[in-house]
Amino acid sequence: MAVITFREALGQAIAEEMTRDANVFLMGEEVGLYNGAYKVSKGLLDQFGPKRVWDAPISEAGFAGLGVGAAMVGLRPIIEFMTWNFGIQAFDQIVNHAAKMLYMSGGQFNIPMVFRGPNGAAHMLGAQHSQAYESMITNIPGLIVATCSTPYDGKGLLKSAIRNNNPVLFLESEMMYGMKGEVPEEEYLIPLGKGDIKREGKDVTLIAWNKALHKAMEAAEALNEQGISAEVLDPRTLQPLDEDLIFESVRKTHRLVIIEESWSFGSVGAQISDRVHKECFDDLDAPVHRVCNEFVPMPYNEAQEERTMPSVDRIVKAVKDVLYIA
Amino acid sequence: MAEVIEMPKLSDTMEEGGIASWLKKEGDFIEEGEAFVEIETDKATMEYNSPVEGYLLKILVPAGKTSPLNKPICIVGEKGEKVDLGAVGGGAKPVSEKVEAKASEKTPEKPVGKTEAKASEKPAVEKKDVSSADNERLRASPLAKKIAEDKKIDLRSIEGSGPGGRVVMRDLEGAEASRKESPAADVKKEAPRAAASSAGDYEDLPVNMMRKTIAKRLLAAKNDAPHFYLTRSVNMKKLSEWREQLNKGADKDTKISVNDLIVLAVSRALIRHPEVNSSWQGETIRRYKAAHVAVAVAIPDGLITPVVRNAHAIGLREIAKQTKDLIGRTKAGKISPDEYAGGTFSISNLGMMGIENFTAIINPPQAAILAVGATIKTPWVNEAGELEVQERMTMTMSCDHRVIDGAVGATFLQTLVGFLEDPLAILT
Amino acid sequence: MTPPKKSAVDRDVLIGMYKQMCLFRRFEERVGLAYTKQKFSGFCHLHIGQEGLAVGVQTALRTTDYMISGYRSHTQAIGKGIAPGAVMAELFGKVDGCCRGKGGSMHMFSKEHRFLGGHGIVGGQAPLAVGVAFAIRYRNEDNVMICYMGDAATNQGQVFEVMNMAATWDLPVLFIIENNRYGMGTDITRTTSVDALWKRALAFDMAHSDVDGMSAITVYNHVNSLVESMRKNKKPHLLEALTYRYRGHSVSDPGSYRTKEEVEDYQKNRDPIIGLGRFLLEQKFATEEELKGFDNEAKEKAKEAEAFADESPQPPVEELWDHVLVD
Repeated sequence: MAVITFREALGQAIAEEMTRDANVFLMGEEVGLYNGAYKVSKGLLDQFGPKRVWDAPISEAGFAGLGVGAAMVGLRPIIEFMTWNFGIQAFDQIVNHAAKMLYMSGGQFNIPMVFRGPNGAAHMLGAQHSQAYESMITNIPGLIVATCSTPYDGKGLLKSAIRNNNPVLFLESEMMYGMKGEVPEEEYLIPLGKGDIKREGKDVTLIAWNKALHKAMEAAEALNEQGISAEVLDPRTLQPLDEDLIFESVRKTHRLVIIEESWSFGSVGAQISDRVHKECFDDLDAPVHRVCNEFVPMPYNEAQEERTMPSVDRIVKAVKDVLYIA
Repeated sequence: MAEVIEMPKLSDTMEEGGIASWLKKEGDFIEEGEAFVEIETDKATMEYNSPVEGYLLKILVPAGKTSPLNKPICIVGEKGEKVDLGAVGGGAKPVSEKVEAKASEKTPEKPVGKTEAKASEKPAVEKKDVSSADNERLRASPLAKKIAEDKKIDLRSIEGSGPGGRVVMRDLEGAEASRKESPAADVKKEAPRAAASSAGDYEDLPVNMMRKTIAKRLLAAKNDAPHFYLTRSVNMKKLSEWREQLNKGADKDTKISVNDLIVLAVSRALIRHPEVNSSWQGETIRRYKAAHVAVAVAIPDGLITPVVRNAHAIGLREIAKQTKDLIGRTKAGKISPDEYAGGTFSISNLGMMGIENFTAIINPPQAAILAVGATIKTPWVNEAGELEVQERMTMTMSCDHRVIDGAVGATFLQTLVGFLEDPLAILT
Repeated sequence: MTPPKKSAVDRDVLIGMYKQMCLFRRFEERVGLAYTKQKFSGFCHLHIGQEGLAVGVQTALRTTDYMISGYRSHTQAIGKGIAPGAVMAELFGKVDGCCRGKGGSMHMFSKEHRFLGGHGIVGGQAPLAVGVAFAIRYRNEDNVMICYMGDAATNQGQVFEVMNMAATWDLPVLFIIENNRYGMGTDITRTTSVDALWKRALAFDMAHSDVDGMSAITVYNHVNSLVESMRKNKKPHLLEALTYRYRGHSVSDPGSYRTKEEVEDYQKNRDPIIGLGRFLLEQKFATEEELKGFDNEAKEKAKEAEAFADESPQPPVEELWDHVLVD
């Protein structure tokens, strides 16, 4: 198996799907000549030409809406947001148009497209460039929301997202683009709506996704040294959630800690917690704990930024709380 | 052909409309599309254009009045046309009257007698069946509750290690099961089967809390604990003589009863035979190191078994004093729940009522109960083979076979009989 | 009196436009009445007075052309080919509505007729339109995309964004600004920096023009030539059509922001149906009786549409779960 970077894996997914289906095109800021702000689309303009790879003006609402319109008549746009922090400029097009078109038209106009880009904080980018949007965008019926934590998952999920006949919002991370991982040479797909156990354990389940998944893995290793066996679950698709996998794991470990790089109020973690309390109530030995971003805009200062986001220490503390270990 | 014009909906949130003014009066001609009335909606006052053409024959809602949507406001038709107001469906009535009429029409439909009938169907006493101990909120994780249910562990007997004393999974690891009371539902199922011949020859009495508890606990005991019975007859001669000596010069308050002597003997015998001083915990058998002897006391509406704690470790006079106090307060209803909980063995004595011999139901989670009969003079063949009259007492011990086997129980009784027939042996 | 100019437009086309305008007028009147009778609820924006524009544009199009609009689009949807009964049934929330009762007054759709909606967010349809025009280019079709929007939509940011893109990338979209002079209750001059809305195109170096939206013939002739050149050069165009709505912004609007005289002036002197009728009579293309007959025919069609909608069943409540996502 080849070991490649996250950005290469995502780029491969786009290239493979553009080769497979002539209706797929890529549009976004700097995706063409510049080879992508984060080099995900490196080489695609050379490979597919300007008819398939479009450098958009700084008009997120405009080019996102252009994608929705093109999808209404059968094209399969991939709309890249340089970051989801800019993507919220296009919320009207995503929420009012992409999500609702099929429904309002009584099933006539589906929207086969992908909106993708990095989500959450990078490093010292300050308040406006460091937000995680999954809690907002998973709250809208008509949208699929997927996220990935490894190059392998990223490639397989993005290919499925491009082939899906619904609007899929795909969340990546600036901090992970350079991360390396094994990716098979042969073609594979990872189905939307299916989570993955990243590490098996028996004492507690940790649920995390995107780059917070790696914090959870570090915490699981630290806990292991203290004799605590943590299972780490990556839902991979946040809307719809793979509830079966989550319930199965919690029924096995009886304790759950959710880690998310998002504010805790009304978040995806809150939703998972609600579902687990309802469906696994008799299997729980402790209330579900969550480790989230502190409820402040992201500070610029390095130490403050670090403290704002979930840390290994905070995860370990939460795990000890659900295990009643002082 | 006259047409009835109804109050139009002129806004998305409008529920009723007011007639701001009539732009036409009765008898005027209205063109289709011509504004003929001004209607006040919840948002604005708007002209309403006629959907039909004709003469305004009758105004049904005058200016300044309101009408709900779709209720007639006027009639338009040909000149001189007769209007049948009855056919309009009473729309000419002011709104308020209509509402009242509706309300009064509805009243008789209400089944007046029904609520009373329903109330009488209910049992006279319907209180939630919870003992006072249950009222204290039990803190346990949902998982711990499930495990306790499966293993029949009494969560109240477990000390929780979680926040606020929450019982969590690890607290139950290695915990022993105690017999749990069978669910109240079982009792309820049995209850209605009371045979009834004809109405009027019986009376259904409300069941109070204690009665319910007795029913529940003793049924559970009989169902869960496999009972077997061992009976011995005891020569009470020496015990009676000893008692007489002890009571010489004693006043009423300090007298020693036969029962006190039996408690003493039993407590000492239990320490020698801890296998009887035990209880069934499901997965394990709990063996007690102290003898807490419960004494059944009849009270007017039931039965209570106050416990003489650490009876094995206190003297006879102390046993007598405590027992007297417990029985006195039990009968006076002044005993607290913790004073009748935690016994490891029970004694039920109906001797003073003339009962010679009987068997009792074990008081869970204890493993045995001793039923004590009356001391009576009876012809008896003594050890020398001669017939003589002796003062004898018959006692029967009910044993939980899960804990006590026949020989174990018999050995215990042998010790106990030895103590009763030769009180000095107690000291050995 | 000078003899009337000979029409450059075929009689049958003109008669067709006249009939269609009558249908639009009578249909919308029925809609308004049905609303007051509580046959349906929600928002309801009528197009009465603006028929000349809808008919003129529609007559210049091919069936393969695409159209998208805002929330005042009942008649445009019918013009694009959706049966009046299906539009009325949609208003009534019935199962035979063009969106099975899921869309309502503001959301008429027909994939078959390439009518891409009725949209309720002012200006939100403009990016979609540019996306369709993008797809037209992508596939080398010679269709055009018609994007209707109201005067007030020209102040929406997304509209500027996509006009820029359409002009930069040569995407064949015809933006038609239906300028009825009022954005809801606000006179457009109070909120807009330019005195004519076609000037918005200047910012993007986009082709532009304006047209009397109250004259179906003028609109038809103008749009005809526009779309023919757009099919070849693929360039966008911004057309400002001056028109007027007789009714309020929605049925609940008393119209207190304008004078009665202003409304009456349009109704009496500039009405598109009266205008075309007069022309047909002058040209001896039709008699008074024939015109009356066309109108009666339109009334009958509108009545049939309402009867169809009345009789159409309610969709099953369980259908609320359908159409959220496709497999």
